[in-house]
Amino acid sequence: MSAEAAILPGRGGLFGGLSDTFWRRPKLFVFLLLLPAALWLGIVYLGSLFALLLQSFFHIDDFSGLVVHEFTLKTYAELFKPQNFDIIVRTASMAAMVTIASAIVAVPIAYVAARYAKRRWKALFYLAVMLPLWSSYLVKVYAWKLVLAKEGIITWVFEQLHISPALDAILAIPVIGGNSLSFSFIGTFLVFLYIWLPYMILPIQAAVERVPVNLIDASADLGAHPLATFRHVIFPLALPGIVAGSIFTFSLTLGDYIIPQIVGNGRLFIGQVVYTQQGTAGNIPLAAAFTVVPIVIMGLYLWGARRMGAFDAL
Amino acid sequence: MRSDKVDGGPRASLGLKFAAAGGLAFLLVPLLIIFVYAFTTEEKSFQWPPPGLTTKWFAVAWARADIWSALTLSVQVAAISTALALILGTLCAAAVSGSKFFGREVVSLLVILPIALPGIITGISLRSAFSLLDIPFSFWTIVLGHATFCIVVVYNNAVARFRRTSGSLVEASMDLGADGFQTFRHVILPNIGTALLAGGMLAFALSFDEVIVTTFTAGQQQTLPLWMLEELIRPRQRPVTNVVAMFVVLVTFLPILAAYYLTRDGDNVAGMGK
Amino acid sequence: MTAAVSLQKVSRHFGLVKAMDEVDLEIVPGEFFAMLGPSGSGKTTCLRLIAGFDQPSSGHIEIFGETAEGVPPYRRNVNTVFQDYALFPHLNVIQNVAFSLMLKKVAKAERLKQAAAALETVKLGGYGERRPGQLSGGQRQRVALARAIVNRPKVLLLDEPLGALDLKLRESMQEELKALQKSLGITFIFVTHDQGEALSMADRVAVFNDGKVQQIGTPEEIYKRPQSRFVADFVGSSNVLAPDFVQSILGVRRWASLRPEAIHVMAAGTSASRMTGTIVTRSYLGAVVRLLIDLNGTSLHASVPSSEAVPGEGEKVTLGFAKDAIHLMENEK
Repeated sequence: MSAEAAILPGRGGLFGGLSDTFWRRPKLFVFLLLLPAALWLGIVYLGSLFALLLQSFFHIDDFSGLVVHEFTLKTYAELFKPQNFDIIVRTASMAAMVTIASAIVAVPIAYVAARYAKRRWKALFYLAVMLPLWSSYLVKVYAWKLVLAKEGIITWVFEQLHISPALDAILAIPVIGGNSLSFSFIGTFLVFLYIWLPYMILPIQAAVERVPVNLIDASADLGAHPLATFRHVIFPLALPGIVAGSIFTFSLTLGDYIIPQIVGNGRLFIGQVVYTQQGTAGNIPLAAAFTVVPIVIMGLYLWGARRMGAFDAL
Repeated sequence: MRSDKVDGGPRASLGLKFAAAGGLAFLLVPLLIIFVYAFTTEEKSFQWPPPGLTTKWFAVAWARADIWSALTLSVQVAAISTALALILGTLCAAAVSGSKFFGREVVSLLVILPIALPGIITGISLRSAFSLLDIPFSFWTIVLGHATFCIVVVYNNAVARFRRTSGSLVEASMDLGADGFQTFRHVILPNIGTALLAGGMLAFALSFDEVIVTTFTAGQQQTLPLWMLEELIRPRQRPVTNVVAMFVVLVTFLPILAAYYLTRDGDNVAGMGK
Repeated sequence: MTAAVSLQKVSRHFGLVKAMDEVDLEIVPGEFFAMLGPSGSGKTTCLRLIAGFDQPSSGHIEIFGETAEGVPPYRRNVNTVFQDYALFPHLNVIQNVAFSLMLKKVAKAERLKQAAAALETVKLGGYGERRPGQLSGGQRQRVALARAIVNRPKVLLLDEPLGALDLKLRESMQEELKALQKSLGITFIFVTHDQGEALSMADRVAVFNDGKVQQIGTPEEIYKRPQSRFVADFVGSSNVLAPDFVQSILGVRRWASLRPEAIHVMAAGTSASRMTGTIVTRSYLGAVVRLLIDLNGTSLHASVPSSEAVPGEGEKVTLGFAKDAIHLMENEK
């Protein structure tokens, strides 16, 4: 009945031959699949990072203003000058505050979205997170410029409620206050919080969704108070999500230079220094050395996050 | 049994609901405000509430050549970067999910790195590489930067789908007489197609919107975000900026909705890839 | 006559793990051959090598006399029914079944006709337009079967095809598969960890353990004359008798096996036999009652027809069996 041969002849042609070869040598096939992306990221991205790192070991000649292509740690030493070190501390503390605040704001949203929202509400939550996430970054900053402006909506709301003095009092606080919200640290903080918040919500939601519902039910059946359930069951399981989210909020805040430029009191952040040093000031080595700071901080952060299993929640 | 389980699903406590609702309002209200400002008659300040409403700024914006050229450049850059990212990201995802090999974790880390590190690092790295190698800024230097961080979006979407697609499907296809290329065409592509479409759209949106890396890799050219940045720092005609901002919000809304419908049964839209 | 499938000293190593270690097999054309063993015994690896999903580390494989090494699965006239069925979710049932015909560029009308006929064979006529996701497990399994036979392969491989089905369905599918194999005349190679399934369906059985074939034979041979303690133990819960025990009865120091049903259980004192023991547990299994008996420290299983008067737990009993019921094993492993 089966008159055909048990082994069919090769199909010939380029495709037939290639297909047979890939089957015989699966490792070669995987290698070829990986090659384009690995080459791209390896050459374009890592190559550039390396070029940057290299630059940070050069320095600017004080008299001629030209880059001296010699190995030196002089540029790194400059980072520890008070005016530069201030910038690093300011940026890192802002990143830390934004991260903590966004975790606090994100947990209820992510938790409700993951646990309680059904159908329509689920879609609404999804859009409410995705829309700000994918909306143009500049448009979001711009929206906050509008909201925080002296003649803008927040001032108006305070006036309508007849509590303008409260706003003035907040703005009068030294360091974090300012002329108006859009020229204060509070403003910078709010915009950072707004813009990076979705990056915190999504991984937490993913992590909470991964907690089997019956685990929570089991805890409830054991008589745990909802709050205790949250603390002893949900929170530990959502923690990798929070850590994963914090990678984004922390890293993105560290490197941003546009938000403090548009909404802020003029005190510099790392990103702004990098931008001006490489641009107008022409001091690429110092800019490069400044860039190494977030890389080192993020390197440590990622290393720690990895050990907590945060990458599973990405 | 607790009363909140009677209707089959648990209910959130009131406090939790308020917190979540407040959070949602915080996320959405600022975007809605832009829509109002696009119609304001006020030209000089960000006055709220608007003293009057008008649609004349739409016509003004429509007639501006600089906006059109910025928009065209953004679309071109996004299209080419997305195409590159689709090829590189899909191949890489296929390799990583299809086999276990030494260094697999290194590869996935390498893919995530361009978004895990701040954009400014990618930007200045590329700029310093261009300056070391004497590469002049051009359309292609912008694409080079954009494709680098778009790969991860496609990769994340594709990996999620590959994981859901049973590995034995490929074996079944080969068993039934399909060689590698036929298997790709008849089995793999139909199964990952929607994930690639979603990933591609998100990559497009990402590139269309990118400003931080672009400031370092663009010379004299202006993408739409660079145009907006210029307007934010040195405002020329605020109402026109309002109109463009509203347009951009509307444009990004569509791919998100589409991506949602394409991937909703099962994997998350890998929005994390931003 | 050329063997349908012939494996000669075939090994497959994954790093240090020897999934298959120098396996020799000859499968006769047209037979229903079962590969039986616990998980990790190498039976599935063996199947994958025959299908071409994997390649041997060393050794030689022939399919109907032709060398199979280096030949990808799509050039082997061998089809597989997968454990998870592996139906294409983007295609409907008839498209799934017609997949291989489409690749062969059979005209559309003709391939739909053949696919429909194959669906009839597995009693799924009229289900062609459904999606795999809309079918029950048993129906999916039939679609997978139809898809694999529509091409009339020289060899059909089945990887635990009944594993995911419930007991009742499994029993009826066993009979159907056997009937199907008879009517098609195709060589079936069937992987299973269920000894009952292997014994009831196969013409011949190969028992795998630790990457090696322990024994090949007809179900009766395997069941009655296990060559090793592993086979005796794995195929049908035989009593494995230690050399000391065997010496006390037969006078030879050898491992041996004794089927539970070969043991006669009598109330204590009613027989001249010197073997008296105590019933430890008593399990009612319908047609038979299964007893675990402690015989001076040796545990023996016996199964007694439930129609007989069966003593209860804790009672003293005398055991008897024919000396030739004790099967000495060649392999002392």
